[in-house]
Amino acid sequence: MVEWFAWVQIMVAVVAGTAAVIIGFVGVRPNDYTLGATLLVEALLIVQLVISIVAPFFGNLATGNALEFWIYLVSAILIPPAAVMWGLIERNRWSTVILGVACLSIAVMVYRMSQIWFVQLA
Amino acid sequence: MTSKDSSTSSGIGRVLIAVYAIMALGATARSLFQIATKFDDAPFAYLLSALAGLVYVVATVALVRSSRLWYRIAVVAIAFELVGVLSVGILSLVDAALFPADTVWSSFGAGYLYVPLVLPVLGLFWLYRVRTSEERR
Repeated sequence: MVEWFAWVQIMVAVVAGTAAVIIGFVGVRPNDYTLGATLLVEALLIVQLVISIVAPFFGNLATGNALEFWIYLVSAILIPPAAVMWGLIERNRWSTVILGVACLSIAVMVYRMSQIWFVQLA
Repeated sequence: MTSKDSSTSSGIGRVLIAVYAIMALGATARSLFQIATKFDDAPFAYLLSALAGLVYVVATVALVRSSRLWYRIAVVAIAFELVGVLSVGILSLVDAALFPADTVWSSFGAGYLYVPLVLPVLGLFWLYRVRTSEERR
């Protein structure tokens, strides 16, 4: 994991998530912006996945439990696609809120992952 | 507002289901990891964590389904969840050795931004709303 990239992920996920929750409650259905933002969050997770596979070869190892890190990462990667599929099938305001909830959850999970990688001791 | 029958999975209930599903995924995965790798550190806490994960899974399924039976299961599961997070919260403050910080209900769900504390309250309120709107028909 690379720390600055994790913070970029967290910020993108928080912005996307908060915006989607708000406009969802206002009544906006899933659109290119909310669906796109969620897919962006997913893309960043995939990048982080690749980074985290490659990083140990450059001496960048998790200080905490690697298994716990990977469990979080795999769980996180499952969430945005599920939310996007839901948003594509049910095109109403609640699906937009759900996209937002998914993004906010990713923000929390990436934060936890960064704690495991950089702070916690195994 | 919608033309569907009022059930637990209509309208804002879907958001509740999504949050429960995410909690189910996270709590179950985490508790399985804890049991698999460091069970001896806090066996009671980690078993309780697994139970919490199970309760979230049951609540998610019960909220999706639309029969009277599943409604009752949802009430029981979510009420149990509320009692659980309050009890574990109090116990984790009083006896920290029994509950290391990292279980889903420790410190009233502080490690999960207090979502485990707020969620069952919202869940029970939603179930109440659904029941009263059905009684009005």
